Amino acid sequence: MNDVLALKGVSKRYGAQVAVDALDLTLRSGEFLTLLGPSGSGKTTTLMMVAGLQQPDTGTIRLNGASVADLPPYRRDIGMVFQHYALFPHMTVRRNVGFPLEMRRLARDEIARLVDEALELVRLPGLGDRLPKELSGGQQQRVALARALVYRPALLLMDEPLGALDRKLREQLQLEIKRVHRERGISVLYVTHDQEEALTMSDRIAVFDHGRIQQIGTPEELYDRPSTRFVASFVGDTNLVSGRTVSMADGVCEIETSAGRVRASARQPIANGAAVVVAVRPERVAFVSEEAGLAGVVTDVIFVGTARKYAVRLSDGTECFVLRQVGAASTAGVGATVRLSWDAAHATAFGP
Amino acid sequence: MRDGMGPWRILRAVMCCIVAIWLLAPLVVVVVISFSSAPFLQFPPPGFSLRWYAQLFSTPAWTNSLLVSVEIMVPAALFATVLGTAASYSLVRGRVPGARLVMACLMLPIVVPGMITAAALFGVYRGLGLNGTLTGLIIGHTVLCLPYVVATVTSALRVQDARLEDAAATLGAPPWATFRHVTLPLVLPAVLSSLLVAMILTFDELIVSLFVSSARVRPVAVQMWSNLLGDFDPTISAIASVCFLLALLVLLADLALRAGKSSRIA
Repeated sequence: MNDVLALKGVSKRYGAQVAVDALDLTLRSGEFLTLLGPSGSGKTTTLMMVAGLQQPDTGTIRLNGASVADLPPYRRDIGMVFQHYALFPHMTVRRNVGFPLEMRRLARDEIARLVDEALELVRLPGLGDRLPKELSGGQQQRVALARALVYRPALLLMDEPLGALDRKLREQLQLEIKRVHRERGISVLYVTHDQEEALTMSDRIAVFDHGRIQQIGTPEELYDRPSTRFVASFVGDTNLVSGRTVSMADGVCEIETSAGRVRASARQPIANGAAVVVAVRPERVAFVSEEAGLAGVVTDVIFVGTARKYAVRLSDGTECFVLRQVGAASTAGVGATVRLSWDAAHATAFGP
Repeated sequence: MRDGMGPWRILRAVMCCIVAIWLLAPLVVVVVISFSSAPFLQFPPPGFSLRWYAQLFSTPAWTNSLLVSVEIMVPAALFATVLGTAASYSLVRGRVPGARLVMACLMLPIVVPGMITAAALFGVYRGLGLNGTLTGLIIGHTVLCLPYVVATVTSALRVQDARLEDAAATLGAPPWATFRHVTLPLVLPAVLSSLLVAMILTFDELIVSLFVSSARVRPVAVQMWSNLLGDFDPTISAIASVCFLLALLVLLADLALRAGKSSRIA
């Protein structure tokens, strides 16, 4: 496999604070890779180092196999889209999009042709003579995208590009970015703190916390088989139930909680009697009638369109959510005593 | 209340008028006297004449000093603007060790009494043989104007989003191209504005000029000063009116500049 970008042992500190800690990461050609994490987790710093706007303290960054340590940002040939668009306010849309081509000293008619093509790609033809301030936020971000694509860089970096837009526009632009990614076959390194956005858009996601990658994998892998408690709780909605292991066999452990016994799969062997946290998705939890699983009381039923979300207070006080499709067989009303259970394969136990 | 003629509204109007008269009356008196036919300062003047302007422009001492002032003003204002803008850019955007200290030094001419600066320049120039030369005056005036340029341009740079420069870099613009195509156009109103302020400052600067000038190289402010010390006639009000007119033109240029800028942004 041909890697567009490879980071090896990259670290960056700001004073005493470690922003990025011995990071290894590769981006395959044509891949859409998202760096997902809370603010301050090092994802934007990573992006800035790839762009050349920050220098790593240690480690190497390779673009198409060649180290970029001595390459200033303007010679890296990377496209970058910023959260607040960073359009040049004194230039028209056409001049903004044409700027990178001007810097590359292309002929005037060639620039005009490529700018038209790029504006077409982001579906903004006809607005070329406006100034950025005369455009809406969504339009400005489309211009920024056109500007970052017009010179056909091999790699596109996007730093929370939709963070300043409202939800509806964000979803619309997510699809647009996916379409552009598909049509241009460009490799994308995308930064966001919005896990839903990451799940929707990415081929792979790298979950960041405290300057380290907690897990990297496809959205399905992250969602179904989180490797750490942080990933389980950060990606998607998750119920976390704590207890102690009583037995462990074939990667499945039995856990005693104060609300009852449950089973979950474990990635590593866990000693008997160890304190563990079980993570399970709300849609994987079922109401069961027999005397099994966890006992609790329904405290709220929330209608969320295609499904109902049940808030259940377990007998030890833990709050759990159960998501059932509307029309599903097993339901319960507020105040009902229920028992919750799940398939061990769909729950993960995290050791101490 | 907003549209009525409430007592506060009237009071405010009266106050504004008083302040305006207070500020403008001396200027008006000077300008009126410059057109007087009387051979001495007299207000109101007995009649109208242009004799003091004729006198002004036919006396070599005055015309030479006006010329000297322009010869100082143009290079000093330009140097101060170029150097001040460059210094501001590197202090605000660059990673200059001791940037705060450098900034403080650049601001010194505002903080230190003019007399001290003048005496210091005089002392330094004595060793360099720059006293009484045009070069010496230009350097001195450049130093005096620098803090005004630096203050104006640094604040404009601080307001401007530094990410625009990052964006330009990722788009393939080397530092100089970024400065020329992105940074400079965005702070240009502040740069031009400080150029105009520098022009006004050098034109009526007196203290440093007094120390550093000589009888042969004498800017107009020094010429006026020495004229006032001796027997003076309404020529002094004619030259004052000329200086006032120049300052007014510069201010109007600045105003036009700002109006142009705000209409582009609005």
